[in-house]
Amino acid sequence: MLAFVLRRLFQSLMVMLAVALIAFTMFRFVGDPVNQMVGVDTPQEQVAQLRQTLGLDEPVVVQFARYIYNAARLEFGVSYQFRLPVISLLGERAPATLELAFMSALFSLLVGIPMGVYTALRRDSWLAKIFQTVSLVGISLPTFLIGILLIYLFSVTLGWLPSFGRGEVVKIGNWWTTGLLTGSGWKALILPSITLGLFQMTLIMRLVRAEMLEVLRTDYIKFARARGLRTRAIHFGHALKNTLVPVITIAGLQLGSIIAFAIITETVFQWPGMGLLFLKAVQQVDIPIMAAYLMLISFLFVSINLIVDLLYALVDPRLRATIGAH
Amino acid sequence: MSFKTHCLAAVAALALMCGAAQAQTLRYANQGELKSLDPYTVNETTTNAHLGHPYEGLTARGKDLKIEPALAEKWEISPDGLKWRFTLRKGVKFHDGSDFTADDVLFSAERVRATGSNFTTRIPTSAKFVKVDDHTVDVVLTAPNPILNAQWDTWYIMSKKWAEANNAVAPTPAAATTPSHASLNANGTGPYKIESHQPGVKTVFKFNENYWKKIEGNIKEIIFTPISSDATRVAALLSGEVDVIEPVPIQDIQRVNAAGNAQVLTGPELRTIFLGFDQTRDELLESSVKGKNPFKDVKVRQAFYQAIDIETIKSRVMRGLATPSPLMIAPELFPTAGFTRAKFDAEASKKLLAEAGYPNGFELGMDCPNDRYVNDGQICQAVVGMLARIGVKVSLNAQPKAQYFAKVLKPGGYKTSFYLLGWTPGTFDSHNVLYDILGCRDVAGSSRGESNLGNYCNKKVDELTDKILVESDTAKRNAMIGEAYKMTVDEFSYIPLHQQALAWGVSKKVKLAQRADNSVLLYYATKEQ
Repeated sequence: MLAFVLRRLFQSLMVMLAVALIAFTMFRFVGDPVNQMVGVDTPQEQVAQLRQTLGLDEPVVVQFARYIYNAARLEFGVSYQFRLPVISLLGERAPATLELAFMSALFSLLVGIPMGVYTALRRDSWLAKIFQTVSLVGISLPTFLIGILLIYLFSVTLGWLPSFGRGEVVKIGNWWTTGLLTGSGWKALILPSITLGLFQMTLIMRLVRAEMLEVLRTDYIKFARARGLRTRAIHFGHALKNTLVPVITIAGLQLGSIIAFAIITETVFQWPGMGLLFLKAVQQVDIPIMAAYLMLISFLFVSINLIVDLLYALVDPRLRATIGAH
Repeated sequence: MSFKTHCLAAVAALALMCGAAQAQTLRYANQGELKSLDPYTVNETTTNAHLGHPYEGLTARGKDLKIEPALAEKWEISPDGLKWRFTLRKGVKFHDGSDFTADDVLFSAERVRATGSNFTTRIPTSAKFVKVDDHTVDVVLTAPNPILNAQWDTWYIMSKKWAEANNAVAPTPAAATTPSHASLNANGTGPYKIESHQPGVKTVFKFNENYWKKIEGNIKEIIFTPISSDATRVAALLSGEVDVIEPVPIQDIQRVNAAGNAQVLTGPELRTIFLGFDQTRDELLESSVKGKNPFKDVKVRQAFYQAIDIETIKSRVMRGLATPSPLMIAPELFPTAGFTRAKFDAEASKKLLAEAGYPNGFELGMDCPNDRYVNDGQICQAVVGMLARIGVKVSLNAQPKAQYFAKVLKPGGYKTSFYLLGWTPGTFDSHNVLYDILGCRDVAGSSRGESNLGNYCNKKVDELTDKILVESDTAKRNAMIGEAYKMTVDEFSYIPLHQQALAWGVSKKVKLAQRADNSVLLYYATKEQ
């Protein structure tokens, strides 16, 4: 078992190194960071000097090696745009992204599961058909369009909800800020959470529906019916419970992508999270932020996968046996 | 007057007073972020305008961009032009309560020219600052410079004591490894204090009750948020969540005006958008013409110029929000009255091309940014279409500014044959245009012509430019500038296109003066209840 864990850890490390290397190679093509930092009339000697100070005149290999060396000590450098340490910038923005991701995951589960159950149980009702159609919209419309449509409906036309920002936030401890303790914070969360969670909601709804239909056909449901149990008990006590196992797995895995793909939602709603920071960094060729963000996201995915792998091994005895045989 | 009307008048007066006494909060959203509060770090109009609230220079520029006294009450130039004496305003205090004195000016003059400052061009390196007494400073020059203080409105004066106490003596260098106190805090003499600053998220300004001058507006608190997405910024204005936005995308202007609760302030901007040619290489980098450079022939340049239908660009691409320009400078900065654009005439262009030896035209590569100027990518597409009519087949390479500038500017080796660029002279003076855009690039070690990407070169223009720099007589100076422009226009050195327009979205509750350099200055703003 220990050997398996170590091997997986080593593999994860290699994946992250590969991500860093690919990211670094890509940075060559995003443009010249120095041009973004100086004015049009800055003398060229100063520009050259700046390039040298930043180490941008060195070969990519040297820059990469230095970056890895620093990253290993958790030093991610200083943002070119803000002149502040990247780690504190990301730390400042992380609560916004995490809160948004959590709320949209919650939204997709709380709305997706009941909708899935309903469409499975009442397949032919008109409401189920409406759900199915709406879910198609959720899958086929791009996120930014949904966001803008929601803004125009709920902010501009109806004036109910704010069109941008996080509302008022409350500071908890040194690092965390939350919008969950103020009314304006809650209001500000609604539209971005729906925008970000709509795709996941559709996914979960369809998954629940398919699983539910599958389970309802199994023998033990038939036996339960034969025993004369109430329909409600059969549907929710037996069928739904068994449906949820794959749903939880998928939802867990999707949490990583919700965080990673919050970029667009954050841009549309000017949500002050890590995704917005990253997008602006790309436009400004702020390499330290881009690199740190990509490393963070790859770390997130790698750790989720690692945990899932380890959990499988714990849960499934057959898998444990093969690991032991190695 | 009856008792009743007396009462009414009293009530009305009271109501007025209440309205005036109410704290006014103005919410402002810009496309760009406020990245650093250090006034010597990023030299860019939007940042300079933001920092013009907490900070001030020795001089200021008014709504009409005229130079006005600010922290310096007045200044005199010695007859030989080598000494400027500045009399500083007395009784001015920094936000931390300390007095503003000559020491702060000397300190700021050092700091702005130190390594890491992005504003080193604000003061000539050879200029010496001498303290005469606590409120008098002499600036000693090695050569006369009539435009010495042209950019001092954005050379903001910092407090020496404060900088020393907070380890911020050095300007925050672009490559800082530790965060600087000055990039997160500000201590100026200006009309607004920084209440809180979250870089890239939100900045709150509070009115400085001890400000030395009465401001025109009535805003007590400014909440600034960047909103980068165009659609969201417009939505925030229309839903009343913000009071002022900059910019409004030109395709949204009608919608904002139609909405009823906001309007768009438009006006000509000082930036001139133009097309440039590579006139220096013996063979163009991207062209079907081999062995020679067609742009060295003035006929080809004229043919290109006359092929551009500027009115169509104005009406179709810019939706009317552009002022076609005959010169490489805006009419607000130099009177362009004596100049007209060469007429649009595709037939004449074809003839000129044939005379130059290209009866069937040629192929050419063109570089263009697509996120830098108003509708820049579309302008280039229109130009490509217009040139196709005279037989020139242009393959357009429109890229985001980060890639575009990396390719065409000096560090990239000026790798372009035909390009679109915009320019606002930082000094608001023609010398800057003549030196940076129209000056010859061939002298090694000189910064002349560094932004003259195609290296248009006329030694006579350079000679005049040098004379213009030291000429103090305004009438003579303007005559020489006009002469220099005439030479460059006659040689079709560039194709000036237009001055693009400013577009600010402003709530109907707010009155705001629009300055032509696109500085959003909210001490001019008045908001009604």
